[in-house]
Amino acid sequence: MFKSIDELVSQATQAGAPISRVMIDSEMEQSGKTERQLREGMAASLEVMKAAARKGLQGVASHSGMTGGDARRLMAYLEKGQALTCGTFVRALACAVATNEVNASMGVICATPTAGSCGVLPGVLLAVQEKLRAPDEALVDALFCAGAIGYVIANNAMISGAAGGCQAEVGAASAMAAAAAVELAGGSPEQCAQAMAIAMKNLLGLACDPLAGLVEVPCIKRNAAGAANALAAAEMALAGVRSHIPPDEVISALYAIGLSMPLALRETAQGGLAATPTGQRWKKLLWQGRDTD
Amino acid sequence: MCIPCDDIYHASLTVLPLIKNHGSAGSAGSAISREGARYATLCPENAKGEAGMKYRSVFDIIGPVMIGPSSSHTAGAVRIGQLARKLFGQAPEKADFHFFGSFARTYRGHATDVAVLAGVLGLQADDPRIPEAYRLARASGLTFAFHEEAAIPVHPNTVTIRLAAAEAAITVTGISIGGGLVQISRVDGFDLRLTGEAPALLIFHRDAYGAIASVTRLLASAKINISHMEVSRARRGQDALMVIETDQPVNEEIVRLIQSQPHIFKTIKLEV
Repeated sequence: MFKSIDELVSQATQAGAPISRVMIDSEMEQSGKTERQLREGMAASLEVMKAAARKGLQGVASHSGMTGGDARRLMAYLEKGQALTCGTFVRALACAVATNEVNASMGVICATPTAGSCGVLPGVLLAVQEKLRAPDEALVDALFCAGAIGYVIANNAMISGAAGGCQAEVGAASAMAAAAAVELAGGSPEQCAQAMAIAMKNLLGLACDPLAGLVEVPCIKRNAAGAANALAAAEMALAGVRSHIPPDEVISALYAIGLSMPLALRETAQGGLAATPTGQRWKKLLWQGRDTD
Repeated sequence: MCIPCDDIYHASLTVLPLIKNHGSAGSAGSAISREGARYATLCPENAKGEAGMKYRSVFDIIGPVMIGPSSSHTAGAVRIGQLARKLFGQAPEKADFHFFGSFARTYRGHATDVAVLAGVLGLQADDPRIPEAYRLARASGLTFAFHEEAAIPVHPNTVTIRLAAAEAAITVTGISIGGGLVQISRVDGFDLRLTGEAPALLIFHRDAYGAIASVTRLLASAKINISHMEVSRARRGQDALMVIETDQPVNEEIVRLIQSQPHIFKTIKLEV
């Protein structure tokens, strides 16, 4: 078992194995399950992620009617071949948005680590899979790597917007995805940790301020931003760029910021974007006839 | 109206900043503050170190597979509803839900009402029928109501559920800590910390010599290992609750034997 990123990386480095290996061994010990059972469980989650992305790319509308169809727009744009960046990048945005649109439509998703941030990790991994032509088995490993990073963040800080703001949801998801992308691309455990730290640092302080309390605005596009940030951090780590602040200190900062964040910015639909005139108009419309504070 | 005011106070009116700013304030305030300070030690978001390893599996992070839109406000709410139903041990005729904090503010947007009701109906977090929980509840003859509470809870995602049927009733407070994980923090006025992920016994008993030993002796003789145990009591010599999480499931015969011991009022068996 490991309690910090530092412990995780040193265990992996000593064993000459990737982070996913340390996570699988630790989970086998903790749960008493076999590696095969664990892999089958994770493969089933991967299938849920793929199905959600596919469904979202075809276009879905949210339960409230406020959002939907943006993943489809992104794919149509990509197919026109005039995107400014490479296909991997736009595909990551599209898959992230697709997954979160399915979530907002009350469809089936896999929380990674939360439902509000469920698009980031599949967005990055499905796009990188296509780029690297990686088999599903490699994606299953990458998910264990992401899980190890999320496990440390969750136990040393928090992973709910109500407790620590969006930095604890999309921020944590982006850090997990950055590390997973690095492992998928063949980077070292140390590079995974650096990618995690860089991605997390970039989203520290992010408020959880959804309109009318719905997991839609700004959540869906934040998932795209979380995926983009994860790819940026992964590229930097793979290039050998290092974070000035060590990974575990970044997690401590996340925790401290989360604790000091005002209630209005922690999933209460009272501050930030939710408090703008447009945000309040939506609240009134969606909560019609009810007390809107 | 359905939950004694006192219970709502204990469950929720524990403002952490209040402790910092007004710790030595007037008598009413400091009583609440003391309660708050005690709760702070139970609140997982404030628990660091060994006891703070609140997520134990990689599938707590990559998962659960669930119906959207929120792991804490939807999937976690389903789970709390399920646990309340399991603790009640029968189909309720009436259900009252009291939302606190972020739950009170945003439950409509996150479908927390639909989710917690679906849980009370026994649905799983990935059941596609969750969006229809209102209709399913009415069809089953369950009457239900939702209440928004103004009190600020220690944990922002708090719900107190009161289930009733004929003569029986139970009041359960649960918190949703993120990623779909939950904890039951209070049952019928007693503090506890129950995740529902291991088999558990909740034994209401008189705070008397030998009550606890009589139970642990029975479990030991049945080769059932205790993984976690805690005792909470109203006052010395009065009613108390012991919560025992076990590695092995406890069969009905053991439950009957426990129930027949002196000082034991009621035993609830929680299965995984």
